[in-house]
Amino acid sequence: MADCGEPDGPGNKDDITRSKNEGKELTKEEKQRLRKQKKHQKKQKERKNEKGPSETEKDKTPVSLLPPPQPVATQKAPSALPAPASAPIPVPASAPFHSSPAPSPADKPAKSKAELKAERRARQETDRAAKQPGSSSSGIKTKVPLSELNPVVKRLPEHVQVDDPAVVKRLAKKLERQQIPLRSDYGYKVSLFSHLHQYSRKAPLTQLLSIPSTVIHPSIVRLGLQYSQGIVAGSNARSVALLHAFKQVIRDYTTPPNEELSRDLVNKLKPYISFLNQCRPLSASMGNAIKYIKKEISNIPSQCKEEEAKTKLLTCIDRYIEEKIVLAAKAISKYAIEKISDGDVILVYGYSSLVNNILCEAFEKSRKFRVIVVDSRPRLEGREALRRLVQRGISCTYVLISALSYILPEVSKVFLGAHALLANGYVMSRVGTSQIALVARTYNVPVLVCCETYKFCERVQTDSFVSNELDDPDDLMVTRKGKTQLENWQDVSSLGLLNLVYDVTPPDFVDLVITDLGMIPCTSVPVVLRVKNLDQ
Amino acid sequence: MELQAVLMAAGGGSRMMDLTYNTPKPLLPVGNKPLIWYPLNLLERVGFEEVIVITTKEVQKMISTDPKVKLDVKMKLDLVCIQEDADMGTADALRHIQQKVKTDVLVVSCDLITDAALHEVVDLFRAHNATLSMLMSKAHEFTETVPGQKGKKKTGEQRDFVGVDGTGKRLLFMANEADLDEGVVIRKSIMRKHPRMHIKTGLVDAHLYCLKKSVVDFLADNKSISSIRGELVPYLVRKQFSKSTNSPKVIDETHQNLKKNDKIQISSRDEELLHLTQERSCWNDHRGDMSDAYHGGRLRCYVHIMDEGICYRVNTLAAYIEANRLAPKLFDEPAVHPSAVVSERCLIGADSIIGASCQISDKTSIKRSTIGVSTTVREKVKVTNSIIMHGVTIEEGCNIQGSVICSNAVIGRGADIKYCLVGSHSTAREHNSKIAPEKRLTECHRAEVNITYHYKSITYNNCHKVSK
Repeated sequence: MADCGEPDGPGNKDDITRSKNEGKELTKEEKQRLRKQKKHQKKQKERKNEKGPSETEKDKTPVSLLPPPQPVATQKAPSALPAPASAPIPVPASAPFHSSPAPSPADKPAKSKAELKAERRARQETDRAAKQPGSSSSGIKTKVPLSELNPVVKRLPEHVQVDDPAVVKRLAKKLERQQIPLRSDYGYKVSLFSHLHQYSRKAPLTQLLSIPSTVIHPSIVRLGLQYSQGIVAGSNARSVALLHAFKQVIRDYTTPPNEELSRDLVNKLKPYISFLNQCRPLSASMGNAIKYIKKEISNIPSQCKEEEAKTKLLTCIDRYIEEKIVLAAKAISKYAIEKISDGDVILVYGYSSLVNNILCEAFEKSRKFRVIVVDSRPRLEGREALRRLVQRGISCTYVLISALSYILPEVSKVFLGAHALLANGYVMSRVGTSQIALVARTYNVPVLVCCETYKFCERVQTDSFVSNELDDPDDLMVTRKGKTQLENWQDVSSLGLLNLVYDVTPPDFVDLVITDLGMIPCTSVPVVLRVKNLDQ
Repeated sequence: MELQAVLMAAGGGSRMMDLTYNTPKPLLPVGNKPLIWYPLNLLERVGFEEVIVITTKEVQKMISTDPKVKLDVKMKLDLVCIQEDADMGTADALRHIQQKVKTDVLVVSCDLITDAALHEVVDLFRAHNATLSMLMSKAHEFTETVPGQKGKKKTGEQRDFVGVDGTGKRLLFMANEADLDEGVVIRKSIMRKHPRMHIKTGLVDAHLYCLKKSVVDFLADNKSISSIRGELVPYLVRKQFSKSTNSPKVIDETHQNLKKNDKIQISSRDEELLHLTQERSCWNDHRGDMSDAYHGGRLRCYVHIMDEGICYRVNTLAAYIEANRLAPKLFDEPAVHPSAVVSERCLIGADSIIGASCQISDKTSIKRSTIGVSTTVREKVKVTNSIIMHGVTIEEGCNIQGSVICSNAVIGRGADIKYCLVGSHSTAREHNSKIAPEKRLTECHRAEVNITYHYKSITYNNCHKVSK
């Protein structure tokens, strides 16, 4: 039986199904990979056949999701498989298979071969054990443990593989298909970060677009410009602006004939998202908002009329903003105010809209405290934070981050904002936050991170190198008394300017995370993520 | 649709009447292309697909009938005619087409020749949600001698004072010297909000404006404003800082009154979101005081000032000549048109343009000049630094220097024309005659002028001037 089970198990099959499920045409590399996998599986099968043919037959049960050219397994087609005779295997077929560990495909790193083999062997053990009681229920029983043990091999996202020419070519082709210009990188990149994009603010993407933009909706062009020029900055502001622009897109949208709104609108949004990504890499909160919208759009029943569907989507967006941003901010303030006592000296870093909100509300509830604002170049966002706090009447001190250890003995608490909370408990925030947390830990000052739950991200990262954002290196140039020292930095061959935007703080330095669900320790973030996924 | 382009081509060219009494200004040839081709080409390059062209009936007739006037643009031109004698200003023209305007407009003047990057102007308009965004350029001195003008050009009158903030993008102050009595008056409210202001005087206004739709609607209600450049722009710039801008102001009110009920609800909810975005964003356009971004003002005017690049408004004779010099740099066509018959023993300089169907005979020398379409140049002619328009015949032995010869003129044998302007359809003939410098010959249809030796006099239509 040529189709007799892929003894490698769901591991490689997942590659195939995943690539099929992603729906697009298989690129050359993917086709090559498929061919290699099939050859590999055939070899493995022959090897396994020497060991024990019976086991392989039993293994076939749950792995009967085969690629279309091979004939389908005859045995125990479990309920998950509706005779996939046609070439594109329907997505729902694999959905029950991949239900729980079905996170965003783009973000998990690939596992090594040794780990794959170990998992395969573990799966075979469980299969053998499960087969013993009875074969009738085996299909269903084996399905569950298998799906839990599914190692989902994920691809690295494109924006962290800029030094790989194949990936760059793929990205260029995708953008060309969507009729979006490709933004070219600028300047010399420091070698440790050469896998990330680095754009110049003086070369906006709009110079490659036609002026009355027809391909991209005007509000999205405006949004992209505002992102790349820094007019809309900060995780919350960017998400709200994104949702506002999407509302306008939805309002101006008309379903073309013979198309369904639920599918066509999602396809319309894809080039816009690529465009925004080119202007400035998407933040984790924006990614979650986009996922939510896409889900809402695809859940629209097909018999719904266009006007109804549009109003429904608009109210969904309004509700999302209201719940996840505005009300969450209120809830977080309520919890955080409990932690602020009279006579406190609170240290904040940079500008976080949430932390500012908390401090303003605490001040209105007549808590007596003073604030130390720590700021850093080149963004100098602390100035804006300082202005808003002083405008309310809060007494503030302003230092640069180089004076941190000088000022820390006075501090009683540190409040930090977050750009995203990662699945292993690490906090991703503005560059410099991990320094603040480190020094605060040394002085035994409690560090409290405030973050809404919609910023929780399923990525796992332990260092700031793998995935980060490189800002315009020319921002580091400063003109004092008419002289700009770094004016010709490009001519000096051994000089590279690095303008990092984010860094990652380990959970040992964070004492408490205040979210709208309550006050949780940093290590409970994966629990919240799991609860959120079950809800959805 | 994001932006609609409107091209204003109804102007009379009042500052170069010698050239425009016969040919309307939009169709004056610059580098052998009609003047209106340049802004149309700019719009087409940038990606516009439709343009509303406001022009006179005469121009519309000439565009559709005259074979010499070829506008090879692929865009759809929506020609709107207005009466010539109605004396409409540019704002009046905008009011006239208010029904056609559905979104924000980009107003361009027909006499603008530039290679500016338009996206800079439009990006300011988009990113800051501005009400007005315009283009200006550093003025260049005109170095060529202008025929028919005595003495130096009078500078110092009609200067424009433009005040910008520290970034050089936000427009804070704009006034023309003619409107000021004694000195420049700047309000304290502006100084309080923008303590550092740079005031520039040597700028050329390119007359390219991005205006919000609400401004066009506002114009429809305020019929007293008739010129964009003279009245509307200074009004908007002043309105940025007026006290009432902190509450819903005049322009927004008229806009909202035109909307229906549900649209007002939509716009208010969107306003809330925009307000929320601005509240949460950590950006500010200025620092040093306690106000929010843009000082809470809702009306904003921006300007993009070009440092380098070509930007000319062809509304005076000097500008026309300068534009003819530089226009060939803007397009890649070959200097000598392939259909021109150029004999081999003539000397054509590298920066000269020869139009289509020309006939250049032997032993001629053409330097730094533009020769129009269907011109005939006979032997032994020297043309330097001149502009020869269409259909001109230049007989043998002429020597033309620094002059402008308008269309269908005939220059007789042996004429020596220096720094003169010869009107269309006129004939300058005389054996060995000299038309001395700073002379203007204007002539109407087929009258003849006998020119003998004149010194510093101007010849008018239909007359014979007898020499002294």
